[in-house]
Amino acid sequence: MAAERIVGIDLGTTNSLVAFMQGETPVVIPGEDGANLLPSLVAMDAKGEVVVGNAARQHLVETPERAIYSVKRLMGRGVEDVQEELKFFPFRLADGLQPGEVLRLRLGERETTPPEISALILRQLKRNAERFFGSSVSQAVITVPAYFNDAQRQATRDAGRIAGLDVLRLVNEPTAASLAYGLNRGKDGIVAVYDLGGGTFDISILKLHEGIFEVIATSGDTHLGGDDIDNLLIAIALDDILGDMKLDFRRNGAAVQAIRQAVIDAKIALSTSAAATIEADLPGGRNYQREITRAQFEDLIAPVLERTVGPCRQALKDAGLTPEQIGEVVLVGGSTRIPRVRALVKDLFRREPHVELNPDEVVALGAAVQAHILAGGSQVTEDMLLLDVTPLSLGIEALGGTVAKIIHRNSTIPASATEHFTTGVDGQANVAIHVVQGERELAKDCRSLARFDLKGVPPMAAGIPRIEVRFLIDANGILNVSAREQRSGQEAEIAVKPTYGLTDEQVESMILDSFDFAEEDFRQRQVIEAHNEAETLLLHLEKARRNPAWQELSGEERKSIDRLEGELQRVKEGDDHKAIRDAIEHLNQATMRLAELMMDSAVAGALKGKTLDDADLGEGPSAPHPFAPAEIRTSDE
Amino acid sequence: MAIETKPLTGAACWSCGAQREERAHFCSACGKVQPGVAADHFSFFGLPRKLALDAAALEREFYRLSRKLHPDLYARATEEERRWSLEKSSQLNDAYRALKDPVARTEHLLALEGVQLEEQSKAATDRARATGEEKKQVVPPELLEEVFEFNMQLEELRLARKMGEDDSGVVEELATHRENFGQMLKDLGDELRSCWKQWDALPFHEHADTAGDGAERRRVRDKMVDLLNRRSYIRNLVRDVNQALGN
Repeated sequence: MAAERIVGIDLGTTNSLVAFMQGETPVVIPGEDGANLLPSLVAMDAKGEVVVGNAARQHLVETPERAIYSVKRLMGRGVEDVQEELKFFPFRLADGLQPGEVLRLRLGERETTPPEISALILRQLKRNAERFFGSSVSQAVITVPAYFNDAQRQATRDAGRIAGLDVLRLVNEPTAASLAYGLNRGKDGIVAVYDLGGGTFDISILKLHEGIFEVIATSGDTHLGGDDIDNLLIAIALDDILGDMKLDFRRNGAAVQAIRQAVIDAKIALSTSAAATIEADLPGGRNYQREITRAQFEDLIAPVLERTVGPCRQALKDAGLTPEQIGEVVLVGGSTRIPRVRALVKDLFRREPHVELNPDEVVALGAAVQAHILAGGSQVTEDMLLLDVTPLSLGIEALGGTVAKIIHRNSTIPASATEHFTTGVDGQANVAIHVVQGERELAKDCRSLARFDLKGVPPMAAGIPRIEVRFLIDANGILNVSAREQRSGQEAEIAVKPTYGLTDEQVESMILDSFDFAEEDFRQRQVIEAHNEAETLLLHLEKARRNPAWQELSGEERKSIDRLEGELQRVKEGDDHKAIRDAIEHLNQATMRLAELMMDSAVAGALKGKTLDDADLGEGPSAPHPFAPAEIRTSDE
Repeated sequence: MAIETKPLTGAACWSCGAQREERAHFCSACGKVQPGVAADHFSFFGLPRKLALDAAALEREFYRLSRKLHPDLYARATEEERRWSLEKSSQLNDAYRALKDPVARTEHLLALEGVQLEEQSKAATDRARATGEEKKQVVPPELLEEVFEFNMQLEELRLARKMGEDDSGVVEELATHRENFGQMLKDLGDELRSCWKQWDALPFHEHADTAGDGAERRRVRDKMVDLLNRRSYIRNLVRDVNQALGN
């Protein structure tokens, strides 16, 4: 049995993709609609049915309270982190959320969490891949922004588990992109990857050496991207409307969505035109229009783009390099289509950036390459190895709230540190440790990762126990902790309380929930498939009635067919797929002789026992259908 | 890369049972990864505890071992092998990070020699916080005068900025100090390297106390500790001046 395929997934803020290695080339697997990009958009209709991607777009406009987008911005975050987001994004938080707790969102009638929403997107991608391969897919490599912290990474991995995927590796997006670019090039040197996506910004500097992709430094901002540009334009439009029409749509979800779509269209147009019009139909039959020139647009977004400069300089400094030492620059992310962004990058690194690969697809393609490497690789990936780094320093809160750094940022992962702790009071049985991530001096200014409680310390005088705690950041950039009391040799038990993460129990229960969902999905898919099959059969029968063979049937036969056709017509709109299947089967049986008569006698012999559908040659229900492989576009934009 | 010969302490390969050296990363018979053992950064690379080392050779060895130990190569291996790969590749990365940087390498060696550098140690930080004192920062005597002047100028700059007065004169003086500090760091680096030579020339002993050349050994060691403390002090001054001058 061939080993199961491992897919590469780019779980993006705006769009998500799944790709795999086809021979020597990574290709994107399209969805049922033939599109490579699955909008990261989830909606739940009034019947509680979940729709993902373009299908959810209608809900976003008509019933925004039933739709969620850009959920990546909420992954691994707490209520106190997202106040800024709430001004622009129509996220509806559950009531009574406490700081330091996993966010809960309202979606239609349900309450859900960001990892569960992401899991729905992942599940759709999984299904797309399964339909493409005609076999099940349960292992994946998922990309995350390089600058994602531990909580954001854990949330992504949890999302994979909830979706029924074994996440073999989390790969940093810019690193993945460099893999896609590095394939078949065999060129050594220093590469900078500038990745400006829908909601996140990363800059990574890598050293390429005989197939080893060694990240030297990375920096970024997990809340900076195309969304921020959209929000600037939306704010202008809302102001215009308030000023000119005296209408306040700031709290009107549907109006904001209509405007959002309009500004996105205009933004995209401005990458190729000198001017564009923002045009939106507003509630109440009003129409909003505003012309915007590229020069105005560039002035407007300058502050947003300027925010990418600091991280770039920081990464160069951390790498100990000057811009002149950068050999190549690669652009990733849809926002890098904006000409002003390209000019800025060219200015920063003093060279023309690479844009050969589609910036929307390159991360997924790289994830597919990494998936291939994990699966054992082949000649094309033989010497390829990724050595990534942790983007943020890991520290422990010391006395007085200061941070003692134990693993510095830009350390190659896996990385570890061992620290020793003791007790302050005679007979103390527990030692609490607070682990933080970030570059600041005080724990309160860093990101709280987790509080560990070392339990079961043997009773001893204060200061005598010597508890060795090992902190290990694995190849996914996720922290693992183990502890041992050295005087007694006892393994100290660690109760980990992730600050913003889900506990294992919570994830387990979500997996169960999603199975309920999956069963419901499966049932609905069967209904849909049976319905489609019924439609096809009825259509064929319609045509067959005009065939001379129809006249050769006995009156009895024709009557039986008519009756069974009526039966199928009756049940096909229902939601009982078994009843539909039965009716199809009965009608097939009754039309078998008709099918035979329709064939040329020579062929008829060969087709004995075939049904009307088969007889109509090739238009029967189709098996999983491989689409044409995705193309890698060369763009000179 | 030079490999220190050590008495062969045997262990059996978990997979094929062949005898192997205890610290070997792989079985020489079947090539399988072996469980990790506690090792200092030098011995992980099979290197003697010497301070002058060939950076290019170290990098080559780091890449060679990465290609054999990285968890990516064990995605479909047994759970145990996955754990060992994770354990070993973290040791590898930690060791490489410490050894490739001259200062971190010297600090690691001094730690192995039982020296606790006051400036860096977490214990010192904790102690200072607990007693409410500033962390111990002894001004190197020959710097006393310059540091005194430097602090005055920093204060002057702060005042000038607060009052909105012209600060170009004091900025210029601070920039001169910065240049001085830069030169001092460079000189310290040279001195440190000459200490490496003296250290590396000493015969190797696993334990300092059994050394017959104890006096010379202590002298070089204490000199390096002094240089590192001084270096860290001057770096803090550079950080302060950079902050004040805004770059």
